[in-house]
Amino acid sequence: MNGAEYLLFILMLSVFLGFELINKVPATLHTPLMSGANAVSGITAVGAVALAGSGEGDLAQWLGAGAVALASINVVGGYLVTDRMLGFFKKREN
Amino acid sequence: MDTSLVTGLGYVVASGLFIFGLKMLGSPATARRGNMVSAAGMLVAIVVALLDQGIVDYTYIAGGMVVGGLIGAVVARSVAMTSMPEMVALFNGLGGSASLLVGWAALSPDSATFTLITIVLSILIGGVTLTGSLIAYGKLSEKLGSGQIVFRGQQIVNSLVVLGIVAGATLFVMEPTNTTYLYAVIGLALVFGIMVVIPIGGADMPVVISLLNSYSGLAACAAGFAIDNNVLIVAGSLVGASGIILTQIMCKAMNRSLSNVLFSGFASVSNEVTEIEGEIKPISADDAYYILEAASSVAIVPGYGMAVAQAQHVVKELSNLLEANGAEVVFGIHPVAGRMPGHMNVLLAEADVPYDQLLEMDEVNPRMDSVDVAIVIGANDVVNPAAREVESSPIYGMPVINVADARTVFVLKRSMASGFAGIENPLFYKENTRMLFGDAKESLGKLVSELSS
Repeated sequence: MNGAEYLLFILMLSVFLGFELINKVPATLHTPLMSGANAVSGITAVGAVALAGSGEGDLAQWLGAGAVALASINVVGGYLVTDRMLGFFKKREN
Repeated sequence: MDTSLVTGLGYVVASGLFIFGLKMLGSPATARRGNMVSAAGMLVAIVVALLDQGIVDYTYIAGGMVVGGLIGAVVARSVAMTSMPEMVALFNGLGGSASLLVGWAALSPDSATFTLITIVLSILIGGVTLTGSLIAYGKLSEKLGSGQIVFRGQQIVNSLVVLGIVAGATLFVMEPTNTTYLYAVIGLALVFGIMVVIPIGGADMPVVISLLNSYSGLAACAAGFAIDNNVLIVAGSLVGASGIILTQIMCKAMNRSLSNVLFSGFASVSNEVTEIEGEIKPISADDAYYILEAASSVAIVPGYGMAVAQAQHVVKELSNLLEANGAEVVFGIHPVAGRMPGHMNVLLAEADVPYDQLLEMDEVNPRMDSVDVAIVIGANDVVNPAAREVESSPIYGMPVINVADARTVFVLKRSMASGFAGIENPLFYKENTRMLFGDAKESLGKLVSELSS
């Protein structure tokens, strides 16, 4: 299996897995789920670093650097704000 | 050892951590650790990506990471919980734009057709997500009006934009070296993002923000195909699936289809004026206090108005005092209360309300008939009995919290203006309803001082 089929295979499995997992997230955590999803969507940083580090000084490298910056906002901001929010959730003390 | 093997294994570990982190988000008790597990996955993925042998120059990368990381850290620390919807909207847009840039940068003259198609997709989805999210941000933060923007010929303009996108994308894939097509696609995607969100009103924002959340994941997924990277596809599809599920939940909670939310607002529904019987019965804080003091079971139903009035802390005080007085207090949370999924829960959690006291609509409705006092704070449409009783109502069929089943209902409201949807609410005219007019925070403050004296 090569290239496109392999990637489509991964896509299919992770979409199903995503549906299964997220259906189990309780409504009370939907806001942290969304901000956590913001952080995870910063995964584009992984692709962006290779483009930003090409050393060619061309348009692609600048675009890559821009993508690194934008994705870093998502990663750092997303995880930190989610952690801050989840810190508020407490069970009733008995 | 071969670096490509290290990279591959690193991405497997990272994907595993993302999945495990998401699984731990299934319970409030483990959610915080789950978020850290997910963050560890991100760290692994980024470190592995930095080991890539193709990287010869780290200055651009370091610059981007420092600038982005600092901005992210400052925003995350300073944002108020009432402003979470705006922040999530903005972050959706950033995610989309990062994917747009990655897709664009991945373009090379010798790209295969399949790669070109995925590049176009990441640019399109990323572009729509970017401008759509900026408009959503503007509406949520009230920098733009929160109402719908509808004009004559809107459908025609939208159709032309879509046709332009299809034509531009096709030409681009056939002739990738011609940058005119590329710029046309980028420009039209940005325009389309604006066009999609402007006709949607404030009350439908929970749907839009969930949908854009999903798009930001799908854009990352498309970018993963464009640069042949599997961890982008795994992470992107998890985010995409999450957004789609939330979108479905929000639509179901409003008894509307997604296309109905996107393409027609409440405005296009004929709004028959129905005669409502009964009269408005105002109540003073003093009288409300006597009823509350005697109550042994209280349900509090908050809405966006509670966030606007910043009343969540005084609500918590009231709930403490009522419990000290021997009453059982629960909170009933409608899925679309607030401007994003779960918004009320976060605000109340911040005010130290334990999460096991926050009940979902389906849990609170069956016990409503044993509730002595239901207190509605800044909510309107989500408690509107017209959804059950008035067949001609635009919200007929929408599941609502049945506060009218409680012995007495207090509605805290600024004035008699209709809710976001502009629909009359028969609840206010019910026999057992008392209106406590005024700023929610002040009214609650009066009740708190009476109860604590």
